[in-house]
Amino acid sequence: MEESYLVNVKGTMMVKRLLSGNEAVARGAWEAGARVGSGYPGTPSTEIMETFATYPGVYAEWAPNEKVAMEVAIGAAYAGRRAFCTMKHVGVNVAADALFFGAMTGIEKGLVYISADDPSMHSSQNEQDNRQYARFARIPCLDPADSQEAKDFMKAAFEISEQYDTPVLLRLTTRVCHTSTPVDLDAQHEHDLAPIQYPRNPAKYCMLPANARKRHVVIEHRLDELAQFAEVTPLNRVEQRSSEIGIITGGIAYQYAREVFPDASVLKLGMVYPLPVKLVKDFARSVKKLIVLEELDPFIEQQVRLLGVELFQPQNLSSPKRADQKSIFPVFGELNTSIVRASAVEAGLIAGEAEPVPEIALGDLPPRPPTLCAGCPHRSTFYILSKLKVPVNGDIGCYTLGIAPPLNAMHTVGCMGASISVAHGAAVAGDAERHVAVIGDSTFFHTGIPALINVVYNQSNVITVIMDNRITGMTGHQQNPGTGKTLQNKPSVQLNIETLVRACGIEHVKTIEGYDVKAIESTLKEWMKMDEPAVLITREECALLPSARKRWTPLQVVEEKCNGCTACFRIGCPAILKSSKMDEKYNRPLAEIDPFLCTGCEICAQVCPRDAILFRSQLARPLTEG
Amino acid sequence: MDATEKPVRFFLVGVGGQGTILASDVLAEVGLKCGYDVKKAEIHGMSQRGGSVVSNVVWARQVFSPIISVGEADVLIAFEKLEALRFLPFLQPGGLLLVNDYSIAPVTVSAGVALYPKDDALYSQLRQRSQSQTWVKGVELADSLGSAKAANVVLLGSLSALISGDADVWLEAVLQRVPAKFADLNKKAFEAGRAVVMEK
Repeated sequence: MEESYLVNVKGTMMVKRLLSGNEAVARGAWEAGARVGSGYPGTPSTEIMETFATYPGVYAEWAPNEKVAMEVAIGAAYAGRRAFCTMKHVGVNVAADALFFGAMTGIEKGLVYISADDPSMHSSQNEQDNRQYARFARIPCLDPADSQEAKDFMKAAFEISEQYDTPVLLRLTTRVCHTSTPVDLDAQHEHDLAPIQYPRNPAKYCMLPANARKRHVVIEHRLDELAQFAEVTPLNRVEQRSSEIGIITGGIAYQYAREVFPDASVLKLGMVYPLPVKLVKDFARSVKKLIVLEELDPFIEQQVRLLGVELFQPQNLSSPKRADQKSIFPVFGELNTSIVRASAVEAGLIAGEAEPVPEIALGDLPPRPPTLCAGCPHRSTFYILSKLKVPVNGDIGCYTLGIAPPLNAMHTVGCMGASISVAHGAAVAGDAERHVAVIGDSTFFHTGIPALINVVYNQSNVITVIMDNRITGMTGHQQNPGTGKTLQNKPSVQLNIETLVRACGIEHVKTIEGYDVKAIESTLKEWMKMDEPAVLITREECALLPSARKRWTPLQVVEEKCNGCTACFRIGCPAILKSSKMDEKYNRPLAEIDPFLCTGCEICAQVCPRDAILFRSQLARPLTEG
Repeated sequence: MDATEKPVRFFLVGVGGQGTILASDVLAEVGLKCGYDVKKAEIHGMSQRGGSVVSNVVWARQVFSPIISVGEADVLIAFEKLEALRFLPFLQPGGLLLVNDYSIAPVTVSAGVALYPKDDALYSQLRQRSQSQTWVKGVELADSLGSAKAANVVLLGSLSALISGDADVWLEAVLQRVPAKFADLNKKAFEAGRAVVMEK
């Protein structure tokens, strides 16, 4: 837990703690008396459930995917407990079916869907704006601007959920999730823990056509009531300053509005859907130039235009090409103060800086792209796939980095679970090349299983490699159904992937140690010759796990044997460096191993044609024995 | 450095695994202890796998934007030399520059497709934004005290002296953040880093 601080706020001493937005949401859930949380890890959402899991008296879990997580939360809220689910923005796509039926039925106790969006795609495949889901499914959407609001809005979301019998979407963005700001701590909400009678109310909870048609009327009416609530809730507020410029804003964009336009009046929307019609119109009348400042889509801007409210039109804007265009600020990427300032200057809203910061010349700097870590057990498979020159359909996880040079061993990456089905698509389309699908253990559990069943049922010859590194790696080591532990650290069953694959109907299945380069190569080569589906499970725990770290033993290069042939450079390991020493015959640099990075995985030793890299078992012996 | 009149913005850069996040946590806590509003922003996830990492800490009476734009940082703290240069544009002209005299070759360099800039070239490039550079052998110093991992705390010690911070407040924030069994090592690391600047 973070340290507490006594901070003097307007003369009173309050307990404040520096919390990230994610930690604050978890704290808010606990203070609101939430009993059940279910999620699937995904940057930038992961720490919400990890933090919630540590509070006393709560149940928190990692579900195999976001759809399951959302259904679990819905089920708990039907059962009369406050519940929520967490996921990143693209996870909501997976969960969308559940999102919509939850919106139709409503709940018995508070239900909050949390979507953590990733503008600028720091760790994502797209940058969708999930406020759109709220309008799509007709549920309210709250959009906090800092950690204090993240906590307060989480609590407000439960209240709104119960007052209006609706799930509430709490939409976060990377900069709110991963920014720490001071937060006031409150006590936990007292809850009546008397036994609850599970509802028997099929007209509300069984979405057959006859019932669903009636519920659609209910949720449209609910939306009207929420729009009335939007007019009066303190979640939305007007900050009246100069009447020259008025800004309608919400979420993190509020912070940039305050910094770039310190004198402007602001309508700060904490609830960005549904919009408060009267509040917007009154605010519009109180200012000379009205603008909307929001990140990503023109979500608020479009709705304001639909109200017939006139927004400030920049003179430089030629007639809009599309009706849904944003008028001043960019539609892509994160905003920041310099982007907002530049757009505002261009639109003629503010004057440009008298003394702009001079540009500097940096020349060509060596890029530092993310790479597979030293000792990564995925490296061996990608090395072989690269050698085999087959088309590889990849998936979402650390192993997506198999795309990077020098391995270059991935040709498509779309969404979680897509590897196997995209490969199957090529096979049934009659592609002449043999397709290999590459997927991680957690991703296989997430959505890989139905795709593999499709390969078996519809009989394509896709070879699937399940890279089982015994953990959910990319998001920072979360437990999953294969690890034998739950989020709250209870021992659990370890799903056996090989048994599961066989049960799906795959006959050719092999589990090989992840570092065994030769066995991986011979197995894949053998399978390439037959025309049937097969599954290779490469099993080796992530080299960054504490248990793996204990075994780290840096390897060494025997300089007399190395002739700088570059074979080991081609595995793309960050621990293998070009030495300043040169081979005399060929005048090329020898290999050198960074002892601080090398884990001793021996992939390089296996690919060295001259036995110039010592295996662990050889390290104890004097170097002269080779 | 006083953040009552205008915000003070710290831009921390390094390579995944160097302890930049711990350093920014400490910096944020120091700001709170000094009575300021504080925001600390960082990016997790994919970029951590051997990539460049960035962390922003802002102190002010009231902080709005948690992220620092180009030319806005008062202090650039680089845990790796090449990253100092990569993120130099974020430093305001005349800002303070604290560099860990340590290099980590990116894969593009170890694979031989790019060259790591030489020290004198780095130094003169960095002068484009800052006449007052402080280079500290953080890893070497920390290693001599017992663990190279304390290099981030060496840098914090240097930073505390550079911006005339109260050493006790800083050290307290450091010790709250590190495991108790390494308290002594980190205290020495902090003082060693501080001494580098004080003796200059």
